[in-house]
Amino acid sequence: MLGLYLHRDSPVHAFPVGWKLAALAVAATGLFFVSNPVAIGAALVGALGLFALARLPLGAVLGQIRPLLPVLVLLFAVQAAFAGWETGAATAGRLALLVLLASLVTLTTRASDTIDALERGLGWLRPLGVNAGKVSLMLALTIRLIPVLLDLVQEIRMAQRARGVERSALALLVPLLVKTMRMADHLSDALEARGYDPR
Amino acid sequence: MIELRNVRHRYGEREVLRGIDLTLAERRVAIVGSNGSGKSTLARLLNGLLLPDEGRVLVDGLDTRSDARAVRRKVGFVFQDPDVQIVYPTVAEDIAFGLKNLRLPRDEIARRVDAVMARFGLTEHRDWPAHRLSGGQKQLLAIASVLVLDPAYVVFDEPTTLLDLRNRRRIAGVIRDLPQTALLISHDLDLVAEAERVIVLDEGRVVADDAPAAAIAAYVARMG
Ligand SMILES: Nc1ncnc2c1ncn2[C@@H]1O[C@H](COP(=O)(O)OP(=O)(O)O)[C@@H](O)[C@H]1O
Ligand SMILES: [Mg+2]
Repeated sequence: MLGLYLHRDSPVHAFPVGWKLAALAVAATGLFFVSNPVAIGAALVGALGLFALARLPLGAVLGQIRPLLPVLVLLFAVQAAFAGWETGAATAGRLALLVLLASLVTLTTRASDTIDALERGLGWLRPLGVNAGKVSLMLALTIRLIPVLLDLVQEIRMAQRARGVERSALALLVPLLVKTMRMADHLSDALEARGYDPR
Repeated sequence: MIELRNVRHRYGEREVLRGIDLTLAERRVAIVGSNGSGKSTLARLLNGLLLPDEGRVLVDGLDTRSDARAVRRKVGFVFQDPDVQIVYPTVAEDIAFGLKNLRLPRDEIARRVDAVMARFGLTEHRDWPAHRLSGGQKQLLAIASVLVLDPAYVVFDEPTTLLDLRNRRRIAGVIRDLPQTALLISHDLDLVAEAERVIVLDEGRVVADDAPAAAIAAYVARMG
């Protein structure tokens, strides 16, 4: 999902990283103030236009959204049941838009460039207690670990299916939690072993 | 030289290392023992990831307790599962991580990253997301990320356990060719047999410490 940079010659790729991130942050914040599903729909079309401008294949776009589909459907259904379909559509649309925009940024920007830009961009917040190095490491780790965790989920699912357990959230969650905690332990050892020192 | 002086270690009530005295001066030392015998705990003591509850661990005379940072720079650590030691999303970035921690100048970082990628055949994958590498390539990346820091000692904690035969051989070759002093924990007895000295751990004690043939025989006999 994330962390898959696709190289193309496009204005979106060439756009400075810092501005891409800032635009993403502004869009993500702004989205919370928009609740009209038609406006959100228009924004979705606009986002797809940006994917075209970035010369990314349609498959790449769908690939970003597919893992999210069950969540979107669930979100829509729950919200629609309690607050009406407009709210449901707006909530699901917002999330879809957010993921699309974030994917657009990751598909058109090398992860290392993003992390460097973030580290430079946050330096001025240091007096406020923001440790840019820590924030960028956290981002790097997140991008790095998402595919690892997805693999882990697959693996646990497979093992359970082999034993005849079909979709059970609890049966998935417990081993996932145990494994993730063990992983976090090892990761912090690995960071330390390589001289990481948050200062 | 790495020295352990009457080292004991507990997790809670459980004592997992029960008085270890070792002086490691050989270029290739291997440690074997059943699961839970304390191998990984011992390994983590060598670079100060863990501090002993009792006793001392010295690396070239530096105590892991008081000189943790200096010891860390001398002793590199390769874990069993590369997935938990690759911390940056792409190959080149991950190799650069440790160098950045040393606050080296950018051009020196770039030069050393390029050199180590060439050495381990990772150059063409420099911008690849780590998760798209094969298991063997991931372990190579993990090793490259440690060796780029130029440690004097490298501790390998079961570096080939998760690999297929071909990649196991490849990693074995890398370890064989290392100019560094290496301490290898492994269940792969072929690999262990190449060491100069083999130490057998059982329930937190050294039960054999000998040339490979004799130590492995003692280990196999013990396993029944
Ligand atoms: N962080 C920990 N907390 C509690 N117990 C641990 C921890 N790490 C290891 N142990 C226990 O200590 C014993 C020795 O573990 P370890 O050194 O990992 O052995 P080995 O690497 O030889 O399998 C095992 O019984 C293990 O369950
Ligand atoms: Mg172990």
